[in-house]
Amino acid sequence: MSVDAATVRRIAHLARIAVTDAEVPHLQGELNAMLAFVEQLQEVNVDGVEPMTSVMPMEMKKRADVVTDGEIVDAVTVNAPESEDHFFLVPKVVE
Amino acid sequence: MTDLTSLTLAEARDGLATKSFTSVELTDAHLKAMEAARVLNAYVLETPEQARTMAQAADAKLAKGEGGWLGGVPLGIKDLFATKDVRTTACSKILGNFVPPYESTVTAQLWRDGAVMLGKLNNDEFAMGSANETSFFGPVINPWRREGSDVNLVPGGSSGGSASAVAAGLCLGATATDTGGSIRQPAAFAGIVGMKPTYGRCSRWGTVAFASSLDQAGPIARTVRDTAILMRSMAGYDPKDSTSVDREVPDYEAAIGKSVKGMKIGVPKEYRIDGMPAEIEKLWMEGAAQLKAAGAELVDVSLPHTKYALPAYYIVAPAEASSNLARYDGVRYGLRVPGRSISDMYENTRAEGFGAEVRRRVMIGTYVLSAGYYDAYYLRAQKVRTLIKRDFEECFAKGIHAILTPATPSAAFGIGEKGGADPIEMYLNDIFTVTVNMAGLPGIAVPAGKDAQGLPLGLQLIGRPFDEETLFSLGETIEQASGRFTPPKWWA
Repeated sequence: MSVDAATVRRIAHLARIAVTDAEVPHLQGELNAMLAFVEQLQEVNVDGVEPMTSVMPMEMKKRADVVTDGEIVDAVTVNAPESEDHFFLVPKVVE
Repeated sequence: MTDLTSLTLAEARDGLATKSFTSVELTDAHLKAMEAARVLNAYVLETPEQARTMAQAADAKLAKGEGGWLGGVPLGIKDLFATKDVRTTACSKILGNFVPPYESTVTAQLWRDGAVMLGKLNNDEFAMGSANETSFFGPVINPWRREGSDVNLVPGGSSGGSASAVAAGLCLGATATDTGGSIRQPAAFAGIVGMKPTYGRCSRWGTVAFASSLDQAGPIARTVRDTAILMRSMAGYDPKDSTSVDREVPDYEAAIGKSVKGMKIGVPKEYRIDGMPAEIEKLWMEGAAQLKAAGAELVDVSLPHTKYALPAYYIVAPAEASSNLARYDGVRYGLRVPGRSISDMYENTRAEGFGAEVRRRVMIGTYVLSAGYYDAYYLRAQKVRTLIKRDFEECFAKGIHAILTPATPSAAFGIGEKGGADPIEMYLNDIFTVTVNMAGLPGIAVPAGKDAQGLPLGLQLIGRPFDEETLFSLGETIEQASGRFTPPKWWA
């Protein structure tokens, strides 16, 4: 399988990465090189094989449903590019 | 007094315990060496004040006989580990001036045991790379050069700063992470030792995520014993990482010097790849002979799905990365580039914040997870992963204790020499190491010889889950037979 220029633009948008028209042909070439490389997986017989979902078989530990931290709003917002009164600021999203 | 930066970590620890020198003296010697070696670009942030404060505290504890397992030992920390109040960027522009208000579990355990932080080490951006050339802070230079040449070589990646700093004597050991070979390949390129533990052995909490089902932290140091000493501090169950394994941490150092007599070592035929240089094949067979001479039994084994590990990795890892890196949106931390709408702001921020390699992987990951393609790519890759893991399980079920392979298909190469036209050329560096991550197994890279141009080459030993100790025993056997490798000091 390979991707065309329109698909490259669609993927970029899905990934929320702005690409210029000038960048599209180069990206298309790179993505198609990777897709060509992984194409060999099609020759593996995976009939009846379960997909790997856990690297080490183990039962996931469950912790008690209690509050273990909090009251650290300063620490949570300290690295925000823009914040006010402990809120993250973003461009207007509601008209 | 001997040069304190040329000691092994074990020697330094013993010297501190017998009060032959203080942690402040040891730390200052390393800070001086770091300053003189800035041309290598191994550190992206030096923290001399913090280092001296920690060293003084360590000396006070050492004086009371409470130094701890790593009391007063200065280390370098890969910039993927969050360090409280110390800038942590994963060497990406998008994390800009991120200063974590928390400490990663692995580093917290090192400080608990008395270690001293010298600074933050360079790596490929978000650990995506095999040459440390994708770092926002620029490439790292390998202290090794080809004989009679002054061409700068890469230290491998993604833990290139860790490997370069350890090999050049800019720390006694370093933390590193390994998603497809990022501990073992740079260790091999720099003539030192790197251990990638079993998945779940070290907590991932507080390390910047790349591909969560593959990422694992581990040590890089100059000897097998030194890596074993660091492992004991780094490993352990952490309730904050649901994939970390609740299992006792052994005294790995006790495995050093243990007899390997009677151990069965698998030699997999599938690692004899087309076009492999004769000197790699020779190194491999010499390593096998060294283990045989120590009483181990060499057994030909087959891991039939080996060739599919790298292509499956280049679906699984980018898929997980595209999901993990969705958090960099210009809202909560890091870079923000304004836009007309919030969507524009996201897209502009991520376009400017991510380098070319990261962008490529996020995009391929987005594609293989997108509607209509998930089954053909991601689901199939996860099934192939099951088959890769099964190959190893069947091998170990036959009584094999560990598997011996080359660590890399070549020695270190020049900066800018590979992957410029075709990214796959760079990806092939991890062909021998990536299988181990896909199966979640432990693997160690140990230097075992040099190529015709005088560059170090490494061998890899792959172990059974949670049997790092056998790898330390076997690794030290190869180290004893091959000797240690120290680069001539041209940079200072």
